[in-house]
Amino acid sequence: MKPFRIILGLFCLLVAIWLVLPTLVIIPMSFNEKKSLAFPPSGFTWHWYENFFTNPDWSSSFFNSLRVAAIVAVAATVVGTLAALGLSRMKHVGAGILRGILITPMVVPGVVLAIGIYAVYLNYQLVGTTLGFVIAHTVLAVPFVLIAVSASLEVFDVRLETAAASLGANRLTTFRTITLPLILPGILSGLLFAFVTSFDEIIVALFITSPYLKTLPVQIYTSITRDADPTVTAVGTIIFLATSLIICSGLIIGSQRRR
Amino acid sequence: MSQTIDTTSAGSGSSRPADRPAAQPRWRLAAYPSLLTLPAVLLLVAAMAYPLLTIVSRSFSEPEWGLQNYVWFFSTEVNITVLARTFSISAWVTLVCVIAAYPYAYLMTVVGPRMRLVLILAVLVPFWVSGVVRTLAWVILLQDSGVINSVLKSIGFGAVKLIRTPTGVVIGMAQVLLPFMILPLYSVMRGIDLRLVQAARSLGARPALAFWQVYLPLSLPGVFAGAIIVFILALGFYITPALLGGPRSTMLSTLVQSQVLSLLNWGRGGAMGVVLLVSTFVLLALAAPLMRQRHKQASR
Repeated sequence: MKPFRIILGLFCLLVAIWLVLPTLVIIPMSFNEKKSLAFPPSGFTWHWYENFFTNPDWSSSFFNSLRVAAIVAVAATVVGTLAALGLSRMKHVGAGILRGILITPMVVPGVVLAIGIYAVYLNYQLVGTTLGFVIAHTVLAVPFVLIAVSASLEVFDVRLETAAASLGANRLTTFRTITLPLILPGILSGLLFAFVTSFDEIIVALFITSPYLKTLPVQIYTSITRDADPTVTAVGTIIFLATSLIICSGLIIGSQRRR
Repeated sequence: MSQTIDTTSAGSGSSRPADRPAAQPRWRLAAYPSLLTLPAVLLLVAAMAYPLLTIVSRSFSEPEWGLQNYVWFFSTEVNITVLARTFSISAWVTLVCVIAAYPYAYLMTVVGPRMRLVLILAVLVPFWVSGVVRTLAWVILLQDSGVINSVLKSIGFGAVKLIRTPTGVVIGMAQVLLPFMILPLYSVMRGIDLRLVQAARSLGARPALAFWQVYLPLSLPGVFAGAIIVFILALGFYITPALLGGPRSTMLSTLVQSQVLSLLNWGRGGAMGVVLLVSTFVLLALAAPLMRQRHKQASR
């Protein structure tokens, strides 16, 4: 039994390294003095971080992504939460089928959806517009909100609503004071998922982008494929550290609240 | 709108309670909860169903009506090679994920809560970093002058060609998709009663036999669920093969993209897209009974 445990532990350690370490390689690369992505990096410079904040190509694509993702997060959360509420109150078999249909954007191959949206957008002059990005990303983000909110609705006790109603609360008050606070964690995690989905989305974005409206992933992708600009590693490092900070503080707040 | 006018005009003439017209639409909404899903359905129709139908119709209609694009697809050797490669790379990725995820998910179920948090964090870290950046990290690692090759050189091995080979693509894709395998597997394994394995052991089964006859069959639904998700996502992968792959590891997605963006051939690109789409949905349909079985077991 003992040697088995050791082998299992070592194997899982390797898997964990494989999961985590590759991403961290971008951190040393972001201080590389040479304008190349060749390993090992040499020297030390803040130049690529400076470039991210001062080069309009990079900073504008960053703010575009932030703007689109913020709108998408709100839109997808509203649409997805309404759908989750509706589905949870539907009793017949149609609910299961409808739920399945509503999460299909998660499994449709990205490129197929991308060329379809591109074809439609060409007809409606939506290529390279904020509205175009928002519509496409919202479709992709709604399933995540739907799943997150449905999960918290599953453990939600409907009798609480009945109790509120029996005490004279109307539907809106019931929703505002009983339902909403109880499913709020699901809604918030859906909001976060929706934001990340849009902020990260690249395949559809590559098709509907224009020189005037680029999102950050598109800028990263073109910079990797066209010139080996190390600014991408600085951007990657910044995003990684920012996300780690948000998630860790979330974990800490969450564990404190539970106590 | 017209309804509101109707009720108010009717209400003014009759002896109805004053609050009735206001309450009525609300109860209506409660009676038809499916109306709440309407925004999501409309969005799905406008931004997914309509675009996909556009692609399907173009695959049959451009440059003229008929099956020519499909005849071309299935009679061109390159396409068949790429189609077969897309399936084989996805299968390899799935296999690598199963092998790596199974012990990992098992370990997650047997360690203490602190260690479990560490293991879960390791699974979630890849999600914190944008997919493009993660692929960039793999480019840095796998390239000819990359980390892996410098390490190999320093311990006296020759350089290995990793980037622009199917092996490199599989390594990178499997890392990106591994969490989708670990998480469903973990949720199934967490529900397995380990006393069943102990019972088998106490009845004289050796550890390997107890695992093979008791634990493995109980965990298979998780393996199926994870494998289906990983395989389907792998089929449609675009960025990782495009950046890590070369001409001999092109996958179907890249072919679709070049038909549409470089050659402006919507008919052929559309036909390829439809092949990819149909493969995905056929797989989902085949997997649905297995998933349903899993659901039943979980609820039992």
